[in-house]
Amino acid sequence: MTKKQKKMLLRIIISAVVLVIAVLLPLNAYLKPFPFVAAYLICGWDVLYGAARKIWNRQWFDEEFLMALATVGAFASGEYQEGVAVMLFYQVGELFQSYAVGRSRRSIAGLMDIRPDYANIMVDGTLTQVDPDEVKIGDTIVVRAGEKIPLDGVVTEGTSTVDTSALTGESVPREVESGGDVISGCINLTGVLSIRVSKEFGESTVAKILDLVENASSKKAKSENFITKFAHWYTPSVVIAAVLLAFLPPLILRQPLGEWIHRALIFLVISCPCALVISVPLSFFGGIGGASKCGILVKGSNYLEALAKTEIIAMDKTGTLTQGSFEVTELHPAEGVSEQELLRVCTLAESYSNHPISLSLKKAYGKEIDPKQVSQVEEISGHGVKAVINGVQVAAGNRRLMESIGVKVPLVKSTGTVVYLAVGGKYSGYILISDQLKPDAREAIRRLKTEGRVKKTVMLTGDLKPVGEAIGKELGIDEVFTELLPVGKVEKVESLLKQKSSKGVLAFVGDGVNDAPVLTRADIGIAMGGLGSDAAIEAADIVIMDDKPSRIADAMAISRKTIRIVYQNIVFALAVKALVLILGAFGIATMWEAVFADVGVAVIAILNAMRALNVKFIEKK
Amino acid sequence: MKKTFKVNDLDCAHCAAKLEEAIKKIPGVNDAAMNFLAQKLMVEAEDSQFDAIMKEVVKVCKKVEPDCEIVLK
Repeated sequence: MTKKQKKMLLRIIISAVVLVIAVLLPLNAYLKPFPFVAAYLICGWDVLYGAARKIWNRQWFDEEFLMALATVGAFASGEYQEGVAVMLFYQVGELFQSYAVGRSRRSIAGLMDIRPDYANIMVDGTLTQVDPDEVKIGDTIVVRAGEKIPLDGVVTEGTSTVDTSALTGESVPREVESGGDVISGCINLTGVLSIRVSKEFGESTVAKILDLVENASSKKAKSENFITKFAHWYTPSVVIAAVLLAFLPPLILRQPLGEWIHRALIFLVISCPCALVISVPLSFFGGIGGASKCGILVKGSNYLEALAKTEIIAMDKTGTLTQGSFEVTELHPAEGVSEQELLRVCTLAESYSNHPISLSLKKAYGKEIDPKQVSQVEEISGHGVKAVINGVQVAAGNRRLMESIGVKVPLVKSTGTVVYLAVGGKYSGYILISDQLKPDAREAIRRLKTEGRVKKTVMLTGDLKPVGEAIGKELGIDEVFTELLPVGKVEKVESLLKQKSSKGVLAFVGDGVNDAPVLTRADIGIAMGGLGSDAAIEAADIVIMDDKPSRIADAMAISRKTIRIVYQNIVFALAVKALVLILGAFGIATMWEAVFADVGVAVIAILNAMRALNVKFIEKK
Repeated sequence: MKKTFKVNDLDCAHCAAKLEEAIKKIPGVNDAAMNFLAQKLMVEAEDSQFDAIMKEVVKVCKKVEPDCEIVLK
C-alpha cells in the first residue's frame, strides 16, 4: 500500500469506530447528528471537496458529486447512519480499487522483471559495473554465471548455458559458445561469457519487449470500447431516472416526496459503473501479462480478444512449421558407389557455392575440403553445379540439370530437395536434403483444430507442390497452396478473407522477414520471433518468442480465459445493478444494500479480473 | 508530433476515460490515448503548437480529475 492509501485506511477505520460510537451513544435529538457528521466528515471530506470542485468546473455527472448528493440527502432526511455507512463503504470500494490496480501494475512489472540493472565492462583493465545505457555498440561486456545478460550481442569468448525462460517461456536452457548470438534478458547459467554488444540498450530485445507489453493495453479491445461507451450513457441515464423517480410517482400517486426522494438517492449510489470500467481493461492487462510469461508477446488487447474468434489460420511453411534449416537426410548411391563417395563428390562439386544446399552438404561431410581437387566450376542457377574433380567431369543438381547432360535419373518422390550426382556422364546416386518439421508442428495443428476451434487450417508455401502437399498431409492441414510467390500469398489471404464469416478472424503465421505484407493483411499476424528476429517483432501483432507453433493454441487458450472473465464481470455487474435499481425503486432495498452491492460488485469484479494473470493452466514446455 | 507522458495518481478507470475524451476535444489535438493501466498518456498534435497544447492539456486534466498529475518533462 502506498502512503496515501494507508492514510485512507486509517481514516476509514477511525470513521467506522466513530460511527459505532455514534450509534451506541445515547444522545438527545439535538446532539444526535453530531457524532454522525463527525464520522461522515472523517471518511468523506475529500469526496465533498472533490464534488465542490467538480461542480465549479461544471462536471455534473461526476461520481463524487453524485455520492455527495446521495449521502447529504440521507442526512437531510434524518437517516444519519445510512449516510455515514454509504460514504464509508464507498471509500472502502475506492481504496480497494486503487489497491488492486497498484497490485496489478506491480504484478505485471514483476513478471516483466527482465530489465537488467547493470553491465560489466572493462575500463582501464578492471571490470566495472555500469548502467547498461552507457554501453556502446562494439564494446565487450562480461557476464558471469548467475548474472542477467544486459544487452544483445555475439559471444566472443566462453561457453555456457543460458536460461531464456523469462523471454520465451522455454524452460530448457540453451547452449551458447563463441560466435553465437545472445539476447538481453536471459540469465547466464554456467560459464563466464564475453560478449561484443550489437545493439544499444534502448534498441535491445529486452527494452523492446518491455515497451511492447506496457503499451499493449493502449490498443483497446472491442469490449473495452463498448464498456466505455456504455459507461458514458449509464451514469446520466441513472441520474435522470433518479430525478424522475423522485418527482413523478409522488405527483402521480399523490404521495409524499420524502420516500421517493429517498429511493432516488439509492439510484444515485449505483450510478457509477466504475467496477465495470476498471475490470475490463484490468482483465486484458492480466491476460497480456500472463501471455508474456509464456513467451507469447501480444501487442494489443484487441489482438488478444480477437484471437479467440479465429476461424481460419493460414501458415507459412518454411521457418514456421519447419525448422528452416536444410540438412542431409538420406544418401542413395547408385550401384557400385559408396555413400561416403557420393557425399564426398557432391560436397566437392558444390564447395564453391554459398547455396543452402552446399552448406548442408558441407555440414554432413564434416571433413576439410581440399579445393585443389576441384576446378572449372560452373554454377547454373535453377539447375545445379558442374565441375571437374580430379580430372573427371562431374554434375550435381536437379532433374533439369541431369536431363540437360543426358543422364537418366530415377524419379524420386520425396518431401525434400533431391541432388543427383553424375560422374563422368554416369548416374552415381542422389542425396536427399530436407527441411525438418518442427517437433511440435503436428501437435500444433491438432490443438488448433480441437482446443483452438479453428475451422480451417491452411498452409501457404513457395515450395514445390509434392513437397508442400506431402507435408500438409503429414501434419493434417486442411488446405495447401504451393509454389506461391510472395504476392501469391497475399492474394490467397485475400481470397481466404472473403471466405470467413463477418465475426470470424483470419490469422496468418509466418517468420516475419519476407511475410510482412501478409502479416499486415491478415486480421491477426503472428510471427515466430526467433531469438532476435527484429523484422518479425516489428511486423506482427503477436510474437511467439520460442518459435514453437504449438504456442498459438496456448495463446488462444489465454485469450478465451480472458474473454470469459470479462463477460463474467459484465454480466454479473449489470445484473446486480439492475436488481438493486428495481428493488430500490420499489422501496425494498435501502442505501445499505445499494452501496454494499456496488462496492461488493466492484471488489469481486476486480478480483476476478486479476485471475487473468494466472497462466498455470498452460504447461511450460 | 506524437509524445507519451507519464501520469501519476490516476486510479479510476472512468476518470481516465473522461480525461481522454476531454483532451481529444482540445483544438489542435489530432489524437490522444490514455493507457490507464500503464499510467501513460499519448498526445498527437501539431509540432509548432505542441507546448501550448500541452499546457491546455494540463489545465483540462486539473478540471476533470484534479488529483492526477501529468509529468511534463
